[in-house]
Amino acid sequence: MADFSFWVIFSNLLLAARWTVLLSLIAFISGGLVGVVLLFLRTSGVKALAWFVRIYVEVFQGTPLLMQLFLLFFGVALFGIELSPWAAAALALTLWTSAFLVEIWRGCVESVPKGQWEASSSLALNYVEQMRYVILPQALRIAVAPTVGFSVQVIKGTALASIIGFVEVTKAGTMLNNATFRPFLVYSLVALIYFALCFPLSMLAKKLEGRLNVAR
Amino acid sequence: MSPAETRPLVEIKDIRKSFGPLEVLKGISMDVAQGDVVAIIGRSGSGKSTLLRTINGLETFDSGSISVDGTPVTGGEKELKALRRKVGMVFQQFNLFPHLTAAENVALAPKVVLGAGAKEQAETAREMLEKVGLGDKLGNYPSQLSGGQQQRVAIARALAMHPKVLLCDEITSALDPELVNEVLRVVETLAKDGMTLILVTHEMRFARDVGSKLVFMHHGKVHEEGDPKTLFAKPGTPELAQFVGSIG
Repeated sequence: MADFSFWVIFSNLLLAARWTVLLSLIAFISGGLVGVVLLFLRTSGVKALAWFVRIYVEVFQGTPLLMQLFLLFFGVALFGIELSPWAAAALALTLWTSAFLVEIWRGCVESVPKGQWEASSSLALNYVEQMRYVILPQALRIAVAPTVGFSVQVIKGTALASIIGFVEVTKAGTMLNNATFRPFLVYSLVALIYFALCFPLSMLAKKLEGRLNVAR
Repeated sequence: MSPAETRPLVEIKDIRKSFGPLEVLKGISMDVAQGDVVAIIGRSGSGKSTLLRTINGLETFDSGSISVDGTPVTGGEKELKALRRKVGMVFQQFNLFPHLTAAENVALAPKVVLGAGAKEQAETAREMLEKVGLGDKLGNYPSQLSGGQQQRVAIARALAMHPKVLLCDEITSALDPELVNEVLRVVETLAKDGMTLILVTHEMRFARDVGSKLVFMHHGKVHEEGDPKTLFAKPGTPELAQFVGSIG
């Protein structure tokens, strides 16, 4: 059996961590884009659209992310659509992320006083114009901190992609453990890498929250 | 005169509205001619603010009809947009956009709704803010202005769309007493310049001196209306007499 030094283990984990970062970024950015579309539907005042988003949110928030991954990876295959682990993970995380972000952002939109809607509609702005020029610029200030905070959940959520065979840092850890039988070392390092990714974001979210309180 | 000008600018016919079991507007009819300054007074809960808000579609109504300069007030998106280009509104709580400067507040609707270019926006903002005596506050954010100044920016913002009629919903009620006059002076100037105004107000002296027509609302109805000076001097109903007496 090959002799795995600490550095070999650590460097391999770091290489795999690139995929964790990439998957997180993709999930967060595309989840954010889907989230914005859902936000417009949710706050449009059109009942059918709002209901669609409510159900969407309930489904994705009310079921485990792991089941969503399984359904996309194994379930969809039954219909003859082969999704690579990569595509299934990216898609599942995107949908899951959007369901949380739309709810966070809806809260921020609703915290903008009603008078802002009334004043802007009195000036003949339509719904999209109101959102674009009046509501979102104000909601955004409130949204930044909880949104950055939620990105931590996305990063940790990518660990589940290991179960459908996507080699990110958790999967790499499992493989290295199988080869070295040093679970404590390997998984400590994996945890440390997650912490190194998440901790700065948590701190940033806290800092942004504090700044908001003294802002205009 | 074209036929449109001989018709009243704002025609309100038999408006009814209920909030649940409570009927707040019980068949209101009112005509407002070009250049009129209509002061609507009455106790809180008499339906005066609700009435005002139906005129630009912020509040729906159950039956009756309203039209402004030939545009009917309906729920339709297109009519609503056309209507709101003709009707300006100023609110009790100012409702300025806090993330925009005074100039940007004024220029937003011309930019977004009328597609005005940068130069035109700047000119409109300066012209309108000068009109309300705030030509030196273009770059200030609402939070850097006093209540009276904020309300004057709100008036300038409404004027920037060149409305045919301006609705004022208790626009001095949220102001400290010493700031009320600077806002009323601006409104008085507008009235003298021929702007059509409909005001819900508690400023009785202002209603008497500047108003061309007084409407006293009571329990969701127009209880009494007419010339302000005459009505204040000699109320035709005990309710108005009591209301005027209680306000002082």
